[in-house]
Amino acid sequence: MNQTAFAPWDDPAAKPLIQFRDVTKRFGTFTAIEGLSLDIFEKEFFALLGPSGCGKTTMMRMLAGFEDVTEGQILLNGQDIAPVPPNKRAVNMMFQSYALFPHLSIWDNIAFGLRRDRMSKDAIAARVEEMLRLTRLEKFARRKPHQISGGQRQRVALARSLAKAPKLLLLDEPLGALDKKLRQDTQFELMDIQETTGTTFVIVTHDQEEAMTVASRVAVMDEGKLMQVATPDQIYEAPNSVYVADFIGDVNIIEGKAAQTGDKVTIAWAEGQPDIQGTTATRTFSPGQTCHFAIRPEKVAISADKPDAPNALQGKVLDIAYLGNISTYHVELPTGAVIKAQTANTRRIARRSFTWEDPVWISFSDTAGVLLEH
Amino acid sequence: MRRFALIAIPYFWLLALFLVPFLIVLKISLSDLALARPPYLPQWNFGDGWEALRAFFADLDMENFVFLSEDDLYWRAYISSLRIAVISTVITLLVGFPIAYGIARSPVEWRPTLLMLIILPFWTSFLIRVYAWMGILSKEGLLNQFLLWLGVIGEPLTILNTNTAVYIAIVYTYLPFMILPIYAALDRLDDSLLEAAEDLGCSRIQAFWLVTIPLARNGIIAGCFLVFIPAIGEVIIPSLMGGSGTLMIGKVLWEEFFSNRDWPVASAVAIILLLILIIPIILFQRNEQKQREAEG
Ligand SMILES: Nc1ncnc2c1ncn2[C@@H]1O[C@H](COP(=O)(O)OP(=O)(O)OP(=O)(O)O)[C@@H](O)[C@H]1O
Ligand SMILES: [Mg+2]
Repeated sequence: MNQTAFAPWDDPAAKPLIQFRDVTKRFGTFTAIEGLSLDIFEKEFFALLGPSGCGKTTMMRMLAGFEDVTEGQILLNGQDIAPVPPNKRAVNMMFQSYALFPHLSIWDNIAFGLRRDRMSKDAIAARVEEMLRLTRLEKFARRKPHQISGGQRQRVALARSLAKAPKLLLLDEPLGALDKKLRQDTQFELMDIQETTGTTFVIVTHDQEEAMTVASRVAVMDEGKLMQVATPDQIYEAPNSVYVADFIGDVNIIEGKAAQTGDKVTIAWAEGQPDIQGTTATRTFSPGQTCHFAIRPEKVAISADKPDAPNALQGKVLDIAYLGNISTYHVELPTGAVIKAQTANTRRIARRSFTWEDPVWISFSDTAGVLLEH
Repeated sequence: MRRFALIAIPYFWLLALFLVPFLIVLKISLSDLALARPPYLPQWNFGDGWEALRAFFADLDMENFVFLSEDDLYWRAYISSLRIAVISTVITLLVGFPIAYGIARSPVEWRPTLLMLIILPFWTSFLIRVYAWMGILSKEGLLNQFLLWLGVIGEPLTILNTNTAVYIAIVYTYLPFMILPIYAALDRLDDSLLEAAEDLGCSRIQAFWLVTIPLARNGIIAGCFLVFIPAIGEVIIPSLMGGSGTLMIGKVLWEEFFSNRDWPVASAVAIILLLILIIPIILFQRNEQKQREAEG
């Protein structure tokens, strides 16, 4: 392991591999990407996250060369890529729809890109076999795409895009159709490949856990704009908006009026309820400003007796979601608000401490949540 | 039982419309020319009894087929038909593929109109269209007048009553049979496949040869058979537009039948033509079946 963590985005001297400069993309009158600026660095594993239709595929297609940029520029190694046709870009893309060649066998699909490079027959064969092994498709090499399952097809598409070992690899939902076990294995394979080849990955995913696992940085998008670009832990622990907090993982949002002294903020959020105590190092709220307190369920404790904590609220158990390793308690406060609290299931279910309608206390420290303006 | 009925219908259809006429023609081809009505012997009626039936079969022979193989007119006609059909099929493909490709690549809202334009000529009688071509291609026809007016030629060209006119008319007539199956194949082609090919390092032209053509292959094969099979037996076009040098088996058949009234020889010619055609028809069926399997 390197002593210094991999963080070129914090290094002002680092040269980005890809630069989006104020990129706008319109389809007719519809704006799919709006004034987007972004730097992606060499050897990054960059994840794009966002709801359906927010423009993730469009960004990939602009990088691969299938869509023109309406306004702005995309630079690869400092060069504007607009005039470079797709087949001349050192970029490979795994299509969301896989786009496997139906007339070619799995083997030939994977070899397709290699053949264009005038590699020797033996080198191609070796590389294809390697890719087949990696994606566990050895048994299906001679079949046609319509003779294999959806998950297997996805792996073929992945293998085909990996085969050429490009400088930049674009993966549009590469693992969506795989079962959890295979997906995790493949995620680690991808990270391995990334470490050994130094390829830069841009990956689209709907699965935030996946983004958290593999990515060096995550970009959360909404309607063609970047909401936040940061490392997974920053996105999770310090989202910059309610939207991001809500999109990544589970979160409780409490809205109220702020009163700040130094880095301490008290939030008046409901009549008859104690104010919430929070801290913020980066934001300043004017007195009475609307403020959102966002706290993850796993940071909310649940107990039968009033605990000694900066924030403690009383309520009753409304619902319990048993998820195997953890349980989520939905606790209804007298105001009608529902707060989620998560506990690890270290005991058997029958010996669970709380059940429906039980009066309980929920509590959290003053540093557990984040304060957000919007 | 229901299944049997379902299968029985097409088989009955084939039996009534193909096998029975085929057997009748086969029988005539084995008969001898005679001044009778119908103009061949032997003949057999239901009332004649077994003895007559035996005599009837004894009278059938291969004489007409032997005659066909001895007179090289027939062989030359078969070969010439094959050649004309092959050449016309190739030309039709060369003309039809770009049209089908153009339609498949045109904006979606245009496609129904363009396809309509391809099919539209079918709504007028085939004979009228052939006569129209005669009007265009004749010595004083539109084409010659136009070229003279342009000054490209000094003398009117002789096109009508040559093989060239036959090629033009066959290509024109069967073009839709080439375009429609190729269009259907190209229409199904997913654009992202071409993008994937480009992404993997193909130029546009390479992607065309490596992806578009292989995926349109079945459409191309179907179109070629749909042109080749009827073209080989074409009668009207060589009769009306071909010259004295245009030798096609359909024309020979027509003359044997109507001018010479030699039904047995005409039938023998037809039987041989059918045997020649059965090979491409079987290949065509194979192609269709393979395609269905690939999609299923
Ligand atoms: N060719 C096109 N013409 C018009 N609109 C388009 C076109 N391609 C994409 N769009 C629109 O642009 C927006 C972004 O599309 P995009 O495919 O990038 O979404 P996405 O983020 O990849 O979604 P998903 O997660 O569902 O794949 C969508 O609203 C889509 O309807
Ligand atoms: Mg997409």
